[in-house]
This record gives sequence, C-alpha cells and structure tokens, in this order.
Amino acid sequence: MSDILKMCKTVVSSLRKKPFCQMYPFKPAKFYDHTRGHIKLDASKCILCSLCAKRCPTGAIEVDRVKGSWQINRYKCIMCIECVVACPVKPVKALAVENQYAPPMAKMEMEMFDVEVKKPAPKPAAAPAASTPAE
Amino acid sequence: MPNRTVIPFGPHHPVLPEPIHLDLVLEDEKVVEAIPNVGFIHRGLELLCEKKPFQDMVLVAERICGICSLVHGIGFVNGVEKIMNIQVPERAEMLRVFWSELSRVHSHLLWLGLAADGIGFESLFMHSWRVRELVLDIFEETTGGRVIFDAIKVGGVKKNINKETLDRILKQLEKVEEEYRQIADVFVNDFTIAHRWSGVGLLTKEQAITLGAVGPTARASGLAMDTRMIKYGGYDKITMEPIVETAGDCYARALVRVREVYQSFDQIRQAISKMPEGGETEAKVTGFPTGEYFSRVEQPRGEVIYYVKGNGTKYLERFRVRTPTFANIPPLVQMLAGCDLADVPAIVLAIDPCISCTER
Repeated sequence: MSDILKMCKTVVSSLRKKPFCQMYPFKPAKFYDHTRGHIKLDASKCILCSLCAKRCPTGAIEVDRVKGSWQINRYKCIMCIECVVACPVKPVKALAVENQYAPPMAKMEMEMFDVEVKKPAPKPAAAPAASTPAE
Repeated sequence: MPNRTVIPFGPHHPVLPEPIHLDLVLEDEKVVEAIPNVGFIHRGLELLCEKKPFQDMVLVAERICGICSLVHGIGFVNGVEKIMNIQVPERAEMLRVFWSELSRVHSHLLWLGLAADGIGFESLFMHSWRVRELVLDIFEETTGGRVIFDAIKVGGVKKNINKETLDRILKQLEKVEEEYRQIADVFVNDFTIAHRWSGVGLLTKEQAITLGAVGPTARASGLAMDTRMIKYGGYDKITMEPIVETAGDCYARALVRVREVYQSFDQIRQAISKMPEGGETEAKVTGFPTGEYFSRVEQPRGEVIYYVKGNGTKYLERFRVRTPTFANIPPLVQMLAGCDLADVPAIVLAIDPCISCTER
C-alpha cells in the first residue's frame, strides 16, 4: 500500500507551499545579467562601419552609410551576440545586450535607428611637395 | 486467421512532442509489424554548410535540437578542432563538461516528466518540470539562454563563470538534488509506474547490439556503452562508470535515466573542482579546416556522430549528423513487434524520441 502513496509526501508538502510559478503579469519576470533579451544600439556612438551587418549569420542587420540608418529585423535576429563582439567602437561599444525582451511590435518591420553621418575630417592642405634632392 | 488492420500512429498524437508516423499492422490487439516514416520536418541543414562559414555552423548545429543543443555544438566543434589541430584550454574544456552534464540533467528531467505524463501521472510530470526549472535558471544565469545557449565556439567557449557564481551554483545544485531525490524515489519505488512499464517493450542485449541501439536504450539492455568512456573533450579528467540495467524493458530505461541524473550531478561537481582558476577560455583560430573527422559525443539520448570535411576554404565541403534517435528507430520497430496496442505510446516514449534531430 505504501508503494502507491509514494507521491503523496511531495503532493501534501507542496499543498502547504506557495505556488512555484511566478505570478507573471502581476510580478515582473526575473532576468539575469547575462540574459540575452535584445540587441540595443547607442546611435550616438555608432560609426556606421557595418561590421555588425557583415558578421550577422542571419542577415538581420542592415546599415546604410549614406542615409545614416542602422536597422535590425527582430524576427530574423537569433541573439547570438556576434554583432556585439564584432563592434569595434572603443572604449564602450555602440551595441549592447539588454536583458529585457524587446517591446512588442504591431507590424512585422525593421526597427530603425537614425545615426548621424560623420563626414570625414577635411584633409590637411597638401604640404608643398618636397623638392627632389638633386642627384 | 485473425483480422489484420493497419492503424496510423502519429504524426499527431498526444504523447508525441514531435511528428513521427508509424503504420501499425495489428492482429486483433497485438502489433505484428510497425513501419516507421520520418521526414515531416526536414530542414536541409546539411546543405547549409556550403553557404555559412564554419564558425557560423556552430550556431546551426546548436539549433538542430532544442533540448540537447549544447552537446550538438560540442560535437561539431570537436570535429573542426581536431582537423585544425586546435588545443582547447583546460578551463574551456571543463566548462564544456559542466554545461553538457547540466544539459543532461535538464534533458532527463524533461523526459521523466513526459514519460510520467504519457502514463497519466500528471502530478509527477508537474514536479519533474518544476525541478527542471531550477536547472534552466542556472543555464540562464551562466549562458544567457534557457534552451539555446550559444556558449560554444570553435576553439573554446564564449562565456566564463566567475568563482562566486560557481560557489552559488554548487549550493543551488544541492537544493536541486534534494528536490530531485523525492521525485526519483517515486520513479524507483512507486507501484503504479513499475506495474505499467515492467516487461513492456523488451529488447535483449543481442538485439541491442545487432540493431545498433545507443544511449540509455542500449544501457538498459545490459550493454555498457557510453561514448564518454572514449574520453573526448574534458572527460579524460572525469571519472565515471556507465550505468547499466539488464532488464531491457521500459522500466529499465527509466531507471537508467533516473540514475544518470545522479551521475551527472557527481560529474558537475568533479568538473567544478578540476576547473583551473583563471586562464584562457578560448584558443586562437587561424586558417581554414582541411581534412575530415568523425566526432563522437554522448548526448542525453545517446551517441551522436558528426562528420565534418573541410577543403581549405571558409566553407565546409560536407557536414553530416547521425543523431541518437535515428539509431534507435530500428530497435524501436523491434520492440513494437508483438506488443499490445495500448503499450505503443509507452514504448515510443521510452527511446526519448527527438524527431527534429533525426531529420535535421
């Protein structure tokens, strides 16, 4: 008889406990520091080098250097964080991983960030050509 | 002569998490023959290696299966590292062992829950998955993902774990083990479970050898076969004995998995204690793979074989996967011949079918 009641100990003890599940809508979900939620761009730091777009294995990122836009397709992104690793901006990278999920979207479209196009600094006036030493 | 009928089982069936189709040829209530049919979710991942650089194929390999994703990644990476002669740092190897044993715990707890659900033991199913949730929390804390971890790369691992986190994980593992002990006690000693599974789906040792069974299915038939014994990766520093049962029925398969979870807890502790303090977690990778290699790795479901062939470019020439469920389908057909129709769901569940892996 005791063989049949093996589960009863666990069941009865869990009756005295609170539910194990989180009461999600009323309590916010728990995230860790490492949790891969979504990719976030700091547009003020982006240099539009498009290394992230080249490294992305699913082609979720599109960078337009002329118009100055950085777009990500959240439906294609698999959160492998290769773009964050590839970002060359120092000392703080322009791309970062947020541990919260991306906000819900009503339409299936690219999320766009406007990035200021930094024109290359004008080249210093050409130094007068050094006179070739007479040979 | 009794009437013969053919009953289709699957691809949609309450016990099946994934689609497999079996044509069951019945004589009255007895199954005479089962004809399997797979191919509902073929994704063509093996061709993808011609379009993705070999470093990115790790991400593809990890997405072959949702449950043993990390071990798939290790299988692929092992092959590439062998043909490129990369020496993986010791800490990275131990972290790989740590994560792969942790994923064995979570996979077996998932199976124990599903198997309990398959025989109608709902409360045991809920409690198994409650314990599994604690393991998934450890994964999320260390790798950032709950099911797809993305922690492996060619030459090492992407994530490192600091000492405080490891100490906290060790304490949490004690809690998980204590909770698990109560559930395992039910699987080992409960009358209803033993009564439902004993003598169901028999597979003898000779049949297991002939039909090429792998993993817990083979070990439950008395075959001491565990790929971890070939000491790949960091397993050369871990001491272990394969867990073997001799009955060869569904109950023995459950008992093997129940005991393997304890073994995995032990191996996680060994991996943490043997992990060198500090040091590199990844080796530098230069050049492109040239050559071919068969990599064998022990997954929660059994032995997985990865074949990689490089031709000196950044794209692999060939990439082939033989998953444990594929190897276990011929033994499954053998087990089904002669059983009752009511036992079919229990037997199909007992090999821990993962059809997405099988079809790639």
